[in-house]
Amino acid sequence: MSAKTLYDKLWDSHVVRENDDGTSLLYIDRQLIHEVTSPQAFEGLRMANRKPWKLSANLATPDHNVPTTDREKGIEDPISKLQVDTLDSNCDAFGITEFKMDDIRQGIVHVVSPEQGATLPGMTLVCGDSHTSTHGAFGTLAFGVGTSEVEHVLATQCLIQKKSKNMLVEVNGQLDDAVTAKDIILAIIGKIGTAGGTGYAIEFAGDAIRSLSMEGRMTMSNMAIEAGARAGMIAVDDTTIEYVKGRPYSPDEQQWSQAVTYWQNFYSDADAQFDKVVTLKAEEIKPQVTWGTSPEMTMAIDETIPDPAQESDPVKQEGMIAALNYMGLIAGTPISEVPVDIVFIGSCTNSRIEDIRAAAQVAKGNTVSESIKQALVVPGSGLIKQQAENEGLDKILLAAGFEWRDPGCSMCLAMNADRLEPQERCASTSNRNFEGRQGQGGRTHLVSPAMAAAAAIAGHFVDVETITKHP
Amino acid sequence: MEKFKKMTAIAVPMDRANVDTDAIIPKQFLKSIKRSGFGPNLFDEWRYLDHGEPGMDNANRPINTDFVLNQSRYFNAKILLARDNFGCGSSREHAPWALEDYGIRVIIAPSFADIFYNNCFKNGLLPIILSETIINDLFNAVDSTEGFQLTVDLEQQKIISDSASDTEFNIDFELDQFRRHCLLEGLDEIGLTLEHAKDIHAYEKKQKEITPWLY
Ligand code: SF4
Repeated sequence: MSAKTLYDKLWDSHVVRENDDGTSLLYIDRQLIHEVTSPQAFEGLRMANRKPWKLSANLATPDHNVPTTDREKGIEDPISKLQVDTLDSNCDAFGITEFKMDDIRQGIVHVVSPEQGATLPGMTLVCGDSHTSTHGAFGTLAFGVGTSEVEHVLATQCLIQKKSKNMLVEVNGQLDDAVTAKDIILAIIGKIGTAGGTGYAIEFAGDAIRSLSMEGRMTMSNMAIEAGARAGMIAVDDTTIEYVKGRPYSPDEQQWSQAVTYWQNFYSDADAQFDKVVTLKAEEIKPQVTWGTSPEMTMAIDETIPDPAQESDPVKQEGMIAALNYMGLIAGTPISEVPVDIVFIGSCTNSRIEDIRAAAQVAKGNTVSESIKQALVVPGSGLIKQQAENEGLDKILLAAGFEWRDPGCSMCLAMNADRLEPQERCASTSNRNFEGRQGQGGRTHLVSPAMAAAAAIAGHFVDVETITKHP
Repeated sequence: MEKFKKMTAIAVPMDRANVDTDAIIPKQFLKSIKRSGFGPNLFDEWRYLDHGEPGMDNANRPINTDFVLNQSRYFNAKILLARDNFGCGSSREHAPWALEDYGIRVIIAPSFADIFYNNCFKNGLLPIILSETIINDLFNAVDSTEGFQLTVDLEQQKIISDSASDTEFNIDFELDQFRRHCLLEGLDEIGLTLEHAKDIHAYEKKQKEITPWLY
């Protein structure tokens, strides 16, 4: 048998049949459901008088519209409330497991599923959300789908798909202490561009990736979509298996050794062929800050805002001018001199326990700068919130002047009440710095949790290494 | 998806070119959590004299009596007779949803916008492309004969006039055979996948041995 990539193995093990037109009917092991993209899918099922094919394959939780404060008061905005109520009633009616707003297990779907062990190695997983790529961190084929496809999976447990090409992104070497998974993925996107992965499934490999925790690997895969790839994945190793062990949806003791043996197949064979290979040196990656309105517009913390005049490609140059204009930035300014108004630590990219620990470590014994209007910490799930509180992280953050919120998407896309005002500048641990993403006219700079916390303390972007650490 | 085989109904004339999807269903109605219920707001801006918003009681809104859908002779129409480039503009699937919800099953036009044309088939609507000349004749017939009905036979790929009008129609039409098959059988993509239910069950049976923790 010829050598296969991780993606080939995941794909091949899920093909139900190949259609005449070159598409495949692909089996989907798990579907995650949230309130925004599911109502019409359930409605479609009802109209066609269909039932879910396999109830236990689905797991739902509301996240985009939920408030992150005063939750007992319910949802104020009637349209948001209706969407969440509709999810509740659909899940009840069809018998789908849902972690409702008042459930401690509720949170951002992409945080909740791995935490529950509902994301497992070797499986296929979809959700009506582009950041479904997150789950690829487990050696899982995971990608976002549209509403019709949500319905298709509900009804058939399958999707009609065409296979993507294989791309390998290798990061080798020793990472600097201050460099996190977020910095690596931003550096990768900065290198290959937001369309660099279009048409590909990306595998992240190399010893720098191997050294990352599962939280870090999820941060990387989460942003594969920002590099244009629908799926990003990392091979299964001991770190993966250790993380999965003992979670509610994980295989029980009886099945455990069979599962581990099976999962250990999910890596790329040594002589597997990739259609495209990109390599980065870990030593060259520095803490990143995005300066523009696309995740590829990123720079190291010790650099100055790039000058469009230096750009030879006229299309790119125009994009840079527009971005600087929107962001209210002047070429040549050191990014460390740019003041910040708001700090947001959260989203499916960076709201896991490790992220909150990193923020708390920087916050400890320090105080949020007077010039910061608001510094939010929004854990990714109720369980993470609880764990952080058990570790006393909430106290550290609150003492420093951060707000400690309830779990949800929050200011990542501002569908609930958390949003930027026009021209407010935000150091955000989320994944998209598009115009208006965090509120109309809002200016988003993507950073790691430690860099966001450091910006809160300093009042401007700053190398996290320069913040005094209080052990 | 509802099957489409043969249907006899009144045709309503929509005598303008480039009817876009925003005219078919204006953007404020896309906030809905439903795929159905768009019918009362089909052609909202042309149909009512006030500005429509979701949640309004459409029964109490001022009607534009000049608009064809509001003329009693066209009530219960299931066929829409249209002009060039019908369904252009945004790709919203809400447009075919709205037409279908209103009761339209067939749209006859000299040309359709691509995405809209595709979306129709996903939602049980039959878009038929005919020549400009025949369409003109149809417009004339619909105009001059109140209660003018057409029979659309998908199996035979024919449109036949039932009423006593000056012109008799016996029109052949073309369409992709795969799509014809899907409509005749009432198959949507989900329906097609379900045709392979056996394969899916077989796959599950095999996988249950390999990954029992997922079953
Ligand atoms: S946190 Fe942001 S990116 Fe993630 S699912 Fe929610 S809205 Fe989407």
